[in-house]
Formats: sequence, C-alpha cells, structure tokens
Amino acid sequence: MQRFARLYEALDATTSTNQKVAAMQAYFAEAPPADAAWAVFFLTGARLKRLIAPRLLAVWGMEATGTPDWMFGESWSAAGDLAEIVALLVDTQRAGAPATSSGLSLSELIETRLLPLREADEERKREAVLSLWRSMSLREIFLVNKLLTGELRVGVSRTLAVRALAQHAALDPGVVAHRLMGSWQPTPQGFAQLVAGDVHDADLSRPYPFFLASPLEQPPAALGDRAAWQAEWKWDGIRAQLVRRGGSAWLWSRGEELITDRFPDLRAASESLPDGTVLDGEVLAYAGGAPLPFSVLQRRIGRQKLTAGILADAPAAFISYDVLEMDGRDLRASPLVERRALLSQLVAGRSDRLVLSEEVAGESWEALASLRSEARQRGVEGLMLKRRDSPYRSGRPRGDWWKWKIDPYSIDAVLVYAQPGNGRRANVLTDMTFAVWDGGELLPVAKAYSGLTDEELDRLDRWIRQHTLARFGPVRQVEPLHVFELHFEGIAESTRHKSGVAVRFPRIARWRTDKKPRDADTLQSLRALLRPAQAVHG
Amino acid sequence: MPLAVVTHAHADHAVPGSARYLCAAPSVSLLRHRVGPDAAIEGVPYGEPRSLGEARVSFHPAGHVLGSAQVRVERGGEVWLVTGDYKREPDPTCAPFEPVRCDVLVTEASYALPIFRWDDPREVLRDVHRWWQGNSRRASVLFCYVLGKAQRILAGLSELTDRPVYVHGALEPITGIYREAGVRMLPTLPVAETAKGRSFAGELVLAPITARGSPWMRRFGDHESAFASGSMRIRGQRRRRSFDRGFALSDHADWPGILRTIEQSSARRVLATHGYREALVHWLRDRGTDADLVGLAHPTDPEGD
Ligand SMILES: [Zn+2]
Ligand SMILES: [Zn+2]
Repeated sequence: MQRFARLYEALDATTSTNQKVAAMQAYFAEAPPADAAWAVFFLTGARLKRLIAPRLLAVWGMEATGTPDWMFGESWSAAGDLAEIVALLVDTQRAGAPATSSGLSLSELIETRLLPLREADEERKREAVLSLWRSMSLREIFLVNKLLTGELRVGVSRTLAVRALAQHAALDPGVVAHRLMGSWQPTPQGFAQLVAGDVHDADLSRPYPFFLASPLEQPPAALGDRAAWQAEWKWDGIRAQLVRRGGSAWLWSRGEELITDRFPDLRAASESLPDGTVLDGEVLAYAGGAPLPFSVLQRRIGRQKLTAGILADAPAAFISYDVLEMDGRDLRASPLVERRALLSQLVAGRSDRLVLSEEVAGESWEALASLRSEARQRGVEGLMLKRRDSPYRSGRPRGDWWKWKIDPYSIDAVLVYAQPGNGRRANVLTDMTFAVWDGGELLPVAKAYSGLTDEELDRLDRWIRQHTLARFGPVRQVEPLHVFELHFEGIAESTRHKSGVAVRFPRIARWRTDKKPRDADTLQSLRALLRPAQAVHG
Repeated sequence: MPLAVVTHAHADHAVPGSARYLCAAPSVSLLRHRVGPDAAIEGVPYGEPRSLGEARVSFHPAGHVLGSAQVRVERGGEVWLVTGDYKREPDPTCAPFEPVRCDVLVTEASYALPIFRWDDPREVLRDVHRWWQGNSRRASVLFCYVLGKAQRILAGLSELTDRPVYVHGALEPITGIYREAGVRMLPTLPVAETAKGRSFAGELVLAPITARGSPWMRRFGDHESAFASGSMRIRGQRRRRSFDRGFALSDHADWPGILRTIEQSSARRVLATHGYREALVHWLRDRGTDADLVGLAHPTDPEGD
C-alpha cells in the first residue's frame, strides 16, 4: 500500500511522461505480482465499484473527527476533494500520534478488506472504514477513500501505462495492449499473462486496440491529393468491434466494454459471418436505410430491460468500415485499400443489420466540402478521411485518420451558477451553469466545464467570489452579467431538463466580453436548432 | 504614525514612513532592511517591559521568523496580547514561541481549518533533502518566501549536508542578516555570479515565487520545481500550480497550534485576523468563547508574510 501510494504521488507530482513511465516501470519491477496486477487495473483506467456513497464518507469523517457540517463546508472550499478532506481531517485530529503505515499490501487491502464489504451492511462498513483510518498514514487514507467511493483515478493515460508495462516485460506495446483487452483479470496469473514472453496467446473473445482518428485542424487540401484518401461519413453512434471466433460472437465498445448482450438484434448478423473475423465499425439505431439520432440509441442504452417495444423503436445495425481479421489472419498491416476490398465482399448480402459504411464520392476537396455541409441533415457528425495506403494502427497516432467534423452548434448564454471543480482546479470555480432567456427569465440550459484558459478561469473565479448572490452548498449563484459562447455537438428534446432540451458535450468557446446579457440567445432560438437534427427522421 | 510597535519585519506587518519604531531586539536589522537605513528603530529584549503612556508594553517570542514577537500590552489591569504571525513548531532560526496569559488575545488565523496540521518540520526537511539528492541530472528549484522560510530551509538542511546552495539575489541581504545574527546555515552562492552556461544539474536553487516564469529561470533549463508553503498540504494546490513537488512547511500556526495557543492564553475574548478567521470565530463562538473578527482579510496564500 505504501509502495502504491508512493507511485500514486510520483505520478501525481510530475508532468513529464518519461518520468511517469520510469516510476511505473520501477513499481512493476519491485511489486509482488498480486499488487502489480491491481496497479495495472487502476493505471489502465479501470475502477472498483463504489462501496460507499460519498455522502456517507463525509458523514463518517465528520463524526469520527468531531467536525461540524459548516466546518466541513469551509474545508471543502479550501481543498475541494472529498476523499482528501476526510483524510486530512482524520490526520489532523490525531495530532501527536500519526499512524505511520498500515503494513497492508495493495492486494490485501482490496481483496481482504474492501471487496468483502460489498455484502456488508452499513454499520459493518462503517466499523471497517473507521478501523482502516485509524491504522493508516495520511496518503493511505486518501487512497482508501478514493477506492471506497470508486473514484480512484491515476494521473496517467492508458497508453502510457501500457508503454511502461511493455518496457518492463520487454514486449511490444501492441502485444500488451491486446492482452489487456477483453476480460483481463487483476490476479497474479493475470499479471503473469501480461508480461509473459510467449506472444502466441489468443483469447478468443479479444478485440484489437482501436485506431482513433484525430481532429482535422487544417484545410483538407493540406492532406494533398484527394485520390489518396478514402472519405466516409462520420457516424454518430457507438464505436465497436465485432469479433467472430470459435463459433461465438462478441461485440466490444471502444471503452472495452462487452456490449454483446445489449444488442441481441445484432446476433444474427454476427453469426452470419465466418469464423476468424473481426470488424471495426459503429453501432447505430438504424431504420429505413438511414441512421436515427443518437438520442434514440441513448434511450435504449439507458434501459435495464430490452423489451420488444424498445427493440422495435430503436433497431440497431452495425455499420462496418474496416476488417482487422479474416480467416483468423491479422490484416492490420495491409493497406486500407486492400482491407476495404475484402470488407465489401465479406459484408455484402449477409444481413440487413450489417451495413457497409459507403465511401463518400466527392472527387475534389471542394466537392467533398459541399457534401460535408449536408452532414447535419443526414444525421452524421461530418466526414472521416483515411489514407488509402495506411495500415490499421493502434491508439491515436496522427497522420492517417482524420475526423473532419461539421462546425458545432453555437449559442450565447449567460453565466448563472458556478461551483468548484475537482482535481487540478479543486479550489477554482470551474464548473459553470449557463442560461438563455425565456420570456423575462434566465433559464439554465447547459453545464460546461472546459474551454477557458487558466488565466481566464482565475479572473472569473475572483469575479464570481465578489459577485455571489447566494450559496447553496458549494454552488454559488452569481450576478447574471457575463456572456459566453458555448459550443455543443448535439441537441435533443428532454423531459428531464426544465428547459425541455438537452445539449451534448457543451463547452465554453469564448468569453464574449463584447456582449451584454440582453444579447444572449433565447430558448426559442435554441429550440430552433432541434429542427435540422430531427427533420430527416421525421 | 509617530510610533509603530512592530511584531516582525514582513511587509504586511511593517511599513516605512513612521517616525519611530519599537520591536524585539533581534528584529532590528531585518526591520531596518524593510523600512530604510535612517529609520529610528529601538529594539527591546524579549520579556523586558517598556512604558508607553499609561501602557506597559513587552515583546515575547512568536517563533515565526528571526526576531518575531507577540506584543503584550497591559493597561489599567487588563492585558491584551497580539500574537502577530506565529508557529508552534521548532525552528532553528528563531526563539521558540512562548505562551503568554492575557485577557484579550488577538491571534492570526492563516491556517485556521482542521485540515491543516504540520508534520514535524525536521521530517519535511529530510524530504526536501531526499528530493534534492534524487535530482542528480537536473536542477532542483525550490520556491519559498525570502524572509524566514528560505533561511529556515538553509538552517534545517545544514543538519543533513554541507553542500552549498544557489540563491536568487532577493535572498542575499536577508540571509546575510541571519548569518550576522549567528544562525547556522548552509553556505550560499549567488546565482547571478555564476559563469554563463554553467550547468546547475544536481544543485539546489532557492528563489522567490515571483521569479517563477521569469527570464531569470532560463539558465536552469529543464529543472524540477517545488514550493515550500503550508498551502502545499492540499493536493489541489500542488497540482493547480503545477509544481513537481510541494513541501508543507509553514511559518504559521496549524489548527492544533492555534487551539492550543488560545487555550494556554486563558483569554476571555479572542479576536482573529488573517486567513480563515471567520471559521475560527465561528468555531470559538460555538464553544461559548467570546470571539470576533479584527483587521483585514488575508490574501489566499498566507506564506507571503
Ligand atoms: Zn502576516
Ligand atoms: Zn509574517
């Protein structure tokens, strides 16, 4: 536990990727396999299921340290992270007799102390947590609290963790990444498999690491000859790989979640494929030869039980755009143009739920640009540009795959609430709520977290603190004076929002210091954006 | 002002322009550095009473920086004590805090929240030393306040090594005053006088936080940065300000230290200034102590004074 806590701090402390990799490598070299396995679990972004609600953690922390509610609130304003505040309070309160370290290893802690609590009632959980706190150092308490609330996040990307593991085991990062896909388990055996020298292992269900496109930031003409590029629509669905091997089929989302069971209506389509096939594509709600809006698919994902009615309202299809394996052979090194030819033959005529992502013609960049302007009417997010002679790479290397998205939706809205964020900006008011006019009132329509520079955030933070009208816990209501340009990717009707609409991926594009609140948009103008998105599908 | 009674030489506690100054004897040189060479400054030994009109005034060690004092004022049978800035942890550069009984206590509250407790400063300095030792291929640039914190670090490290430390120009006169006062510290070398192009790999550099991001930093190339301040106890503070390391080393009292000081003073009324003074007053009132705010609110990072 001490060792993992030190690793966590080292990763937290440095911004240098080389130093992060070095710290992880050193950890893998000295940690017992049982601990290293759990470390891999967290470093690659997996999380334990929440064992206790954050609210309970706060209550127990206050009780154990005799901290009143209001004082907890003051501490929240200063530190902004629940797990940390509770750890600090516990550590302060035992002044004079600080515990050094629990002596528990990471795997012992998780397997013998935390996981058994899943079945426990609240009182037993409470006793167990308090006793852990008593026996632990400040940094251990902090990590335990993060584990308890299912919020442990380590400051590295998955790619970096994979690189460190590959360097430790003297393997190609691709091999490690592949071994980590699918149903990898954080056990000593699991760790041994990850770092084993034999690279001819094949877990039947395992997908390949996804190749991710980068946003195109220059005009497409900069990519050179149009003929060297394959253009496709950028579908607005769930990126997925369809794996067909050994008589079974698996559907994996990009988050490496097995979603086979969520799409029983794709089973027949997958089973129509020959063994030893892996396709890359997108799961969409799809009817009458055209995609339905993402919100339709989202409603389906939200349901616990997939009734016949839901399946009929939102029928799924797999739009496939690449073939990574055929006849059990890994095709990723072959050029796209060859894979494309194989794919069209492979998919043709198998099932109406298995659709080939068509190439978009447009013989010049100009022609393509004008087709792209129809994207919103077609219910797609823009265009994908893929170099015809490129292999299927892993991760997000730049150069071969570009996403050329349509410009986002944009509105001007007024800042009405703010609250502190988490993590790096724990003390700064970074989580902001924006409103548009509805009659004479400002109606909140979007919450956005990102888009401003640190300087702008600091300036705004000071302003907000001086212009707070009211406080509700950590939330501050501010004078409605500042206008911001918000961008978002989509908009849909919503009964859960007072405004009746929900926007997707809102972010702050610009602080419109040139605008007055009265210049902000109205709910009417926001609702007008609903139309093109829905027009095509009726 | 015709006469200023000064607790210590930090900028928010001592300003130029008064006709006369009264301070604790070990504070005279630092105060002169702050308010000017021609100022009329009188130093009074710790504990020695002085009459000012109807009041008797004395200075008592506050453990904050060299020469820092709590000011005790007795008039008409009532005793007021103004702590100035203080801390309860050991510090080899100044006389340790001395509890004083009073009727009315004016205490600082820079870190008056129960999330603030300082680890043994000797442990923190061992961490600083390990960090420095571990950076053999890059410079270790440690930002800190130039009056007090820097010398406390130089003194603490002198127990662990005798390697010289490079310092920013702003630290030099003050460090010189500390040396004249007999404080044992590591030898220091002015960064400004090193040859152009010299590598600072493996060296420790102390600098004021204002030097961060300035062209002065260029000479260190790729370096590790750290900040020594009580605020570094908070992870979000370390991350937000993007230091590679944060050392929670404070010259102000932590929460247990403030509560202990209030208790030992046996004051019937407590006035709080600096930092989280509202929280402290609320806490004391909830416990039946007569408490109130006094003075101005404080900037967010109290390690600046
Ligand atoms: Zn001060
Ligand atoms: Zn001070």
